[in-house]
Amino acid sequence: MANVTNVADTLEDQLTQELGYDDHFHEHHHGDKFQSNFLTKYIFSTDHKIIGRQFLITGIFWAFIGAAMSIVFRLQLGFPEADMAWLRPILGKWIQVNEAGIGKLDPEFYYSLVTMHGTILVFFVLTAGLSGTFANLLIPLQIGARDMASPLLNAFSYWFFFLAGVVMFISLFLSTGPFSGGWTAYPPLSALPQASDGSGAGMTMWIVSMSLFVVSSLLGGINYITTILNLRTKGMSLWRMPLPMWAIFVTAILGVLSFPVLLSGVLLLMFDRSMGTSFYLSEIVVGGQILDRIGGSPILFQHLFWFLGHPEVYIIILPAMGIVSEVLSVSARKPIFGYTAMVFSILAIGFLAFIVWAHHMFMSGVNPFISNFFVIFTLIIAVPSAVKVFNWIGTIYGSNFRFTSASLFSIGFVSMFISGGLTGIFLGNSAIDIPLHDTYFVVAHFHIVMGVAAFFGMFAGVYHWFPKMFGRFMNETMGKIHFWGTILGAYAIFWPMHYTGMAGVPRRYYDGGASFDAFRHFQDLNQFITVAAIFVFFLQILFIVNFFYSIFSGKKMTTKNPWGANSLEWTTPINAGHGNWPGNIPTVQRWAYDYGKGGEEFIPQYIPLKEGEHDHGEGH
Amino acid sequence: MTSLIVLLCIILITIVMVQIGKVYELANTIKGERQVMRDNSKWNGWISLVFVVVFLVGVCWSAWVYSPVMLGYGPHGSASEHGKLLDDIFFVTLVLTGIVFILTHIALFYFAYKYRWQEGRKAKFIPHDNRLEIWWTAIPAVVMTILVVRGLNAWNIVMADVKEGEDYMEIEATAQQFGWTLRYPGADGKIGTRDYKKTTGANTLGMDFTDPKTWDDFIPGQEFYFPVGKKIRVRIIAKDVLHNFYLPQFRVKMDAIPGLPTYFVFTPIKTTIDYRNELRKFPEYNEPFDPAEPNGPKRWEKFDYELACAELCGKGHYSMRRVFKVVSQEEYDAWVKQQKSFYLTEMRGKEDDPNKDKVLDIEVRERAVEFGASIKKAVESTTAVDKTLSLNHISYEPGSSALTANSKYELDNLVSGMNAFPAISIEVAGHTDNTGDAAANLTLSAQRAAAVVKYLSDRGISTGRLKPRGYGDTKPLVPNDSPENQAKNRRTELTVLN
Repeated sequence: MANVTNVADTLEDQLTQELGYDDHFHEHHHGDKFQSNFLTKYIFSTDHKIIGRQFLITGIFWAFIGAAMSIVFRLQLGFPEADMAWLRPILGKWIQVNEAGIGKLDPEFYYSLVTMHGTILVFFVLTAGLSGTFANLLIPLQIGARDMASPLLNAFSYWFFFLAGVVMFISLFLSTGPFSGGWTAYPPLSALPQASDGSGAGMTMWIVSMSLFVVSSLLGGINYITTILNLRTKGMSLWRMPLPMWAIFVTAILGVLSFPVLLSGVLLLMFDRSMGTSFYLSEIVVGGQILDRIGGSPILFQHLFWFLGHPEVYIIILPAMGIVSEVLSVSARKPIFGYTAMVFSILAIGFLAFIVWAHHMFMSGVNPFISNFFVIFTLIIAVPSAVKVFNWIGTIYGSNFRFTSASLFSIGFVSMFISGGLTGIFLGNSAIDIPLHDTYFVVAHFHIVMGVAAFFGMFAGVYHWFPKMFGRFMNETMGKIHFWGTILGAYAIFWPMHYTGMAGVPRRYYDGGASFDAFRHFQDLNQFITVAAIFVFFLQILFIVNFFYSIFSGKKMTTKNPWGANSLEWTTPINAGHGNWPGNIPTVQRWAYDYGKGGEEFIPQYIPLKEGEHDHGEGH
Repeated sequence: MTSLIVLLCIILITIVMVQIGKVYELANTIKGERQVMRDNSKWNGWISLVFVVVFLVGVCWSAWVYSPVMLGYGPHGSASEHGKLLDDIFFVTLVLTGIVFILTHIALFYFAYKYRWQEGRKAKFIPHDNRLEIWWTAIPAVVMTILVVRGLNAWNIVMADVKEGEDYMEIEATAQQFGWTLRYPGADGKIGTRDYKKTTGANTLGMDFTDPKTWDDFIPGQEFYFPVGKKIRVRIIAKDVLHNFYLPQFRVKMDAIPGLPTYFVFTPIKTTIDYRNELRKFPEYNEPFDPAEPNGPKRWEKFDYELACAELCGKGHYSMRRVFKVVSQEEYDAWVKQQKSFYLTEMRGKEDDPNKDKVLDIEVRERAVEFGASIKKAVESTTAVDKTLSLNHISYEPGSSALTANSKYELDNLVSGMNAFPAISIEVAGHTDNTGDAAANLTLSAQRAAAVVKYLSDRGISTGRLKPRGYGDTKPLVPNDSPENQAKNRRTELTVLN
């Protein structure tokens, strides 16, 4: 294989010379004059590749915090009798030690942990860490651009995210605790400091942090859309773009259209909290105090929240789908099955994402008649989703499938997406949602379909493009232990939750339902889940170790295109500088999925079409 | 110390993992790239196959073990009329998605195994297949249509509000941090108005007692009852933050929202006893309720329906438990009879009772019945003590013999009593307390007795049957040693003479 790529390298140089687009890049200073020292090169960089890595490493930091939080509350659920005094050095007063010396997790802080776990994982890890990383890294590389349309806004996008993280992090140390009203922050609980300690300063900081995050997300999104529309290299028509580009493109549109709605929602909440308005408040008596607020509706906030909140889950999963499509095709040595159908599925999912939000609110007191429409649109999403799953399986069929850590995680993604997607058919059907709403069934569903699946997509991307990011490989043996352990462990965590959910056990119960006769008989399952969660947590530490170890001491990359992939990112030099290609930008002659065509193992995008050869991207 | 050891173990395990990774990497360079790929392909192919078998067997086995928790199965049957509809759709969805789940997983992992990398194998170039794609778009679309139609059909039946003229009872559930207050409509069948601004420490629901519909509403104590077979419309509301009215066995769930009442209509079809008897058939419910007491009551014997909160409402969210019973209509009626009107027992005559100065219709009726019974007793009795009864609801303007407007109800009762027993004659006696001049008291009490007699004679009772008399402070009922006792001594009495 090494020989093949070397031959390809020379052919590529020759073709880039002959056919490539000369934007007079070589007339500029060599490299980036703004990247003269460590600080400007690695910290305040405007190079999209560095910004992508910043998003990734910040995401890993937050994933660790968020996962550690889940271990603490899983210990509470799995081993309610256990002594937690050993956590006192970290959690301080939130562990109450009784006379017998037994430490107990404070219920208020339990809810803070649950809330922060959700907020951190959904926004900081799976939005910023996943789509921030791969949008930044891949867009210019795969469409053949020197950088983003606005590298400066791109850097701002990261630093606003960083700032959002700083504010949220500080809120963890407040004496009244971080926000504790659930990641959805429903008022009136989130609006009334009298109702909950976490709704005081913790909620104020949550709102500030989320507002900064929305700014970050919008700056990024605008940039992604502009770059994909305007900076594609010669020949890179939309229908020749690799699928991660389509996925990220639609993701960015979703983000730009929906995040402002969240911002408006939380701003109104801010007004209710501090200026005496009544957008979400009406007829409230809290702690014996009669509030002078009339006419607001808490349901209004739910509409505004889920108008972002639902597209948000596609913002999370679409980039993962794009990554998985690419990795599966490269690993299968076979074109992605049904490229056109894949693109239209992404578009359909993106469109439907905006008209299904109220399926989170079937039991919220909205008019039951309205729910009819949301049920219909929600279940329609199953169709493009099913098409994608069948296409992924179709890609593996008849392939010559290479098992790498990246391709294994892609298979794992498909498995998780099937499992979690099918339970969505239960919950999206409002009739079945009556018994299952707000039970552990919901927890199982969304953790599998947008938690674990999105993580698997992210892992696939990290293992696959790690050489592109750092010029070295991650350790494959550790990667495979990581994969097989995680898929087994993740199912062990979330599969049993379907059963407790069917039994009706509500989510967000500090004692797991121990005070209810109907809910208390699942202690053994809860223990099993907690043990599995700890197991999976340590496997992720193995990944983190592998990640940082490999940055410095991983196996070095010797050829530009180690996976034998067609897309343009593999035509840049190893450890490419700012600007990506030292000379001309390669031009694109064909779609990205000519694997195994006409007896050739792979035909990169810069290779011109032969006489009479059909281009499967544009010529669908 | 323990945490140090744990930390040390984690670090050690990590180092071991990293070393294993490194050793493999080294061994691989010795083996050569091709051999590594061959081994890798073989191993991961087989693991894929083993994984999918273990996974699917595990899924089916666990589904079988946990089938008792599945909606509508075994002990997890629905206790409400609409529940079965939902459980059926759940079952259909479970079967359809189960088939897809198993087939796609087999295909996914089996193909990965079957088409694992092998030297010299050529991948097929199949960019798409229109016929196949149409099929696998159409089939999910058809299946979804079936599920949507069934689901929405059930949804619209279940969520429909009660119709005009339908036979139902309405109750109100109010949530607050962290508990539920149930309110029943009382004899009029109607729940009275509320105004959150009227909330006080005693009137926690903010009931508006100027609305007569509130007067007979009752708030049951710890346990509450529903009649079986009766359509119940629960009006659901919250005082502070969002909550959710959740009855797991009844498939009932609806948010409680401050300022925005919601509802859920359902019909219980199994009494608590019925449900216990069903649970009795399952071995897990024949375990002792309290494991510490192996000979104590069994789980099915202690079973009770529960009300829970299913919307995060703060740190006590998990503790909003209430227990209730579903009973036959007769038992329910008997239970309702024991319940006391909240207003009449807790609020009536208190400082913030808006009707302090009024006599309520309900009281007029009650007093008429009460008076009728006392006068009958006085007439029929032979002992002197029973011949005298106190006219508690007759009062005068301060320092005067003019009757207050509210006295007429009792006086009218007296008129009816005199007409009911035409043979009797009575003495009407005025009494005062010991404050003021004794002679003046005597005069005032005589005038007051005369005022009563005048009222009666104006309504056609012959004066010959009426004997007014003023006793002043000469016959105190109790010693005049406290303001309360003095109040008891200021009274009008009636004595049946023959």
